[in-house]
Amino acid sequence: MQLKNIFKFNGGVHPNENKKISTRLPITKLPIPKKIVLPLRQHVGHVAKLKVKPGDHVLKGQMIAEADGNVSASIHAPTSGKVLKISEEIIPHPSGLADFCVTIKPDFKDTWIEKKPIPWKKLDSAQLIRALLQSGIVGLGGAVFPTHMKFKINQNQAINTLVINAAECEPFITCDDMFMRERADEIIQGTLISQTLLLAKECVIGIEDNKVEAYEALKKAAQGTSIQIKVVPTLYPSGDAKRLIYLLMGLEVPKEKRSIDLGIQVFNVATVAAIYRYLELGEPSISRVITITGTVKTPRNYEVLFGTPLSELISDAGGSSNKTKKFIMGGPMMGFDLPSIHVPVTKAMNCVIESSPELFPAPKPVMPCIRCARCADACPVSLQPQELYWFSKSSQLEKAKDYNLFDCIECGCCTYVCPSNIPLVQFYRYAKSEIISQDKAKEAADTARERNEFRLTRIEREKKERAERHAQKALGAQEQKANDEKKSTIAAAMERVKQTQQENIKN
Amino acid sequence: MDNRSPYVVNAPSVSMIMLKVLIALIPGIAIYVYIFGLGVVINIFLASLTVILTESIILSIRKLPIKPFIFDGSGLVAAWLLALSVPSIAPWWIIVLGTALCIIFGKHLYGGLGYNLFNPAMVGYAILLISFPSIMTNWQIPSSLMITHVDWLDQIKIIFNNNLISKDMLDAMSSATPLDYIKTQLTLNQSLNTIQQNKIFGLVGGKGLELINLGYLAGGLYLLKEKIISWHLPVAFLSTLFITALIFNVLAPDTFVSPLFHIMSGGSILCAFFIITDPVSGPTTPRGKIYFAMAIALLVFIIRIFGGYPEGIAFAVLLLNICVPLIDSLTQPRIFGHK
Repeated sequence: MQLKNIFKFNGGVHPNENKKISTRLPITKLPIPKKIVLPLRQHVGHVAKLKVKPGDHVLKGQMIAEADGNVSASIHAPTSGKVLKISEEIIPHPSGLADFCVTIKPDFKDTWIEKKPIPWKKLDSAQLIRALLQSGIVGLGGAVFPTHMKFKINQNQAINTLVINAAECEPFITCDDMFMRERADEIIQGTLISQTLLLAKECVIGIEDNKVEAYEALKKAAQGTSIQIKVVPTLYPSGDAKRLIYLLMGLEVPKEKRSIDLGIQVFNVATVAAIYRYLELGEPSISRVITITGTVKTPRNYEVLFGTPLSELISDAGGSSNKTKKFIMGGPMMGFDLPSIHVPVTKAMNCVIESSPELFPAPKPVMPCIRCARCADACPVSLQPQELYWFSKSSQLEKAKDYNLFDCIECGCCTYVCPSNIPLVQFYRYAKSEIISQDKAKEAADTARERNEFRLTRIEREKKERAERHAQKALGAQEQKANDEKKSTIAAAMERVKQTQQENIKN
Repeated sequence: MDNRSPYVVNAPSVSMIMLKVLIALIPGIAIYVYIFGLGVVINIFLASLTVILTESIILSIRKLPIKPFIFDGSGLVAAWLLALSVPSIAPWWIIVLGTALCIIFGKHLYGGLGYNLFNPAMVGYAILLISFPSIMTNWQIPSSLMITHVDWLDQIKIIFNNNLISKDMLDAMSSATPLDYIKTQLTLNQSLNTIQQNKIFGLVGGKGLELINLGYLAGGLYLLKEKIISWHLPVAFLSTLFITALIFNVLAPDTFVSPLFHIMSGGSILCAFFIITDPVSGPTTPRGKIYFAMAIALLVFIIRIFGGYPEGIAFAVLLLNICVPLIDSLTQPRIFGHK
């Protein structure tokens, strides 16, 4: 494994990898769980539209919720069984809020729906995207962006390079590593299919130099293909797509642009394997590999059906059933505390770490910033975290924006190196959400003001119109009155004339 | 749920950083003691005591926890630097007053650790130099050059009550610094060659002083190795001072001393590795650090040669401290993906 032609980005950190503990055992499969709970939103975008109702019998691989619009993904039954209920259940999300889920009671027959491989070589781009929309495949690296969206070909910018992200830079996580060791063929097949579909001229797999077995497996599987496998240094956050593109190609994705604007598309290793399974074997996305690690007795990786209760994995790995135990979803750099272990495994769940105060000690008391700029040295985006901290802390949000707060990828490198133990990333998250909510409030206020102005002009206009009508009426009344007066005068005169005439006759 | 990631950190604490700075000063101090006797240690002791006492009082007035802010060590670093900048034969109240002023005016009135605009040690030094110029420019000559023997008891007497020492002895053991001496002698139309024949001059700098500077240099290299300071500041400072002095020296060797003399005398080395490297009052961007150090070096040279004071480090540093926000905002590094 040699590092050749690598472009090093600024900063980055190298925390203890802690990966070896969970790579000793092969990927394990668990028996079908007693209950499957499938959240309807496991992806970025719209909630999937429900297609089943309680009491329905579903088959393995049957679509139970359909992608709603383009930015959405379908959900499939991971095994055969009966739909029990559709209800709000707690989901693995930092908010700890509940969301709509479909609960399936498996029948343990695991009967597949008829698998229909896709004749992808014969499909045009639009047909292919429609097919993939049915697959339920999302980015399995953790971003869970609907994969079919990534096959949309831009008329102005052809895809030149397909990058396969095999870096897996977060400590503790080994699901991609184990996947590559055991199923390199699927990855290479999926990569070749994706390259063909994207019409990409070249394809590079980027892998960190701490995954020797995975590298060898990929190399073997890629023999005879034009796929390049490039080794990048073990340096967090090399697995961030923009950092990986820079490491591999020396290209910086410009501000507010995406990699496709440079003719580069990036997929995670597990995602391309899922593409292969869907197109070639007709199997939609119903399972993934997940690392259960930390202080559990036997840290390892599992191939798990989506919707499996996480607690079953944890107890199988010898985790603690103590309720005070904390579990982290994701890695130690960007993960979050799970609200409970009674959450289902979702498409985004790549790793769960059983935490302990020894493994992840409570943060030390915060000291003032001494402007040592270690954070700036560690920042992979070359931001000035100490300035952003100053502005976020004092709520100078405009200034924070000027100092490019929104370029921050929240990787946590700054906090990792801070001698004053300042939770910098939390300040940036706060400032970002403040700015976003202020912008929203401003937008709402602008709309309200526009409406009010419109209302006022309308009232004004109506008033004017009413006044005009009144004036018209008043004018009419006056004429009427004048006419009446005239008439009565005439009548009176006539009366008088009559009387005089009568008197004259009497006389 | 709170999202407190990252869950792992790996950083030296503020106390550890400051402790390493203190450790880095030790070789210089040891050589200081070897050449000039124990006076400097007494000064360091007094300064440390003063800083702990003053900070405790201020922290309790400000209702801040005393322990973490005493143990962060930043006060001690400022106190030690000031103690090393004050003549080792100055009376005790000089360092006590200077340290107290440096901590009160230089640090806590601005908000304490992390908030001071000016380098606290240099604030203390500047106040002392302006208020007590004769005491602050009267330095001890190396023990090896003295006719009479001065033991550690005499040094304590000098610092705590110099009436206990004979006037002759006091005169015999003190002199101006080499930088000061050159400056005054040049105004008497002496040639540089003759001036440097004086016994207070050593190989390249002041006798003895040049060795102490080598000690500081060793400490500075240790700080670089430990990544406590970045290379930008010392390299930019020393190279700018050297090149500027070289230009003048080449143009008029009779009036301008050699660049090595500038580097190895006065507080140049201490300034390069320990004073301008104070993170709080200095710039944070790499380019900013270079400009900051270059400007200080230029000012130091100008004050030494053309100014009214023999040494210009304190004033140069304080002047540039004012410019730090501007320097930082003008030297923002290019952000990933930006033009």
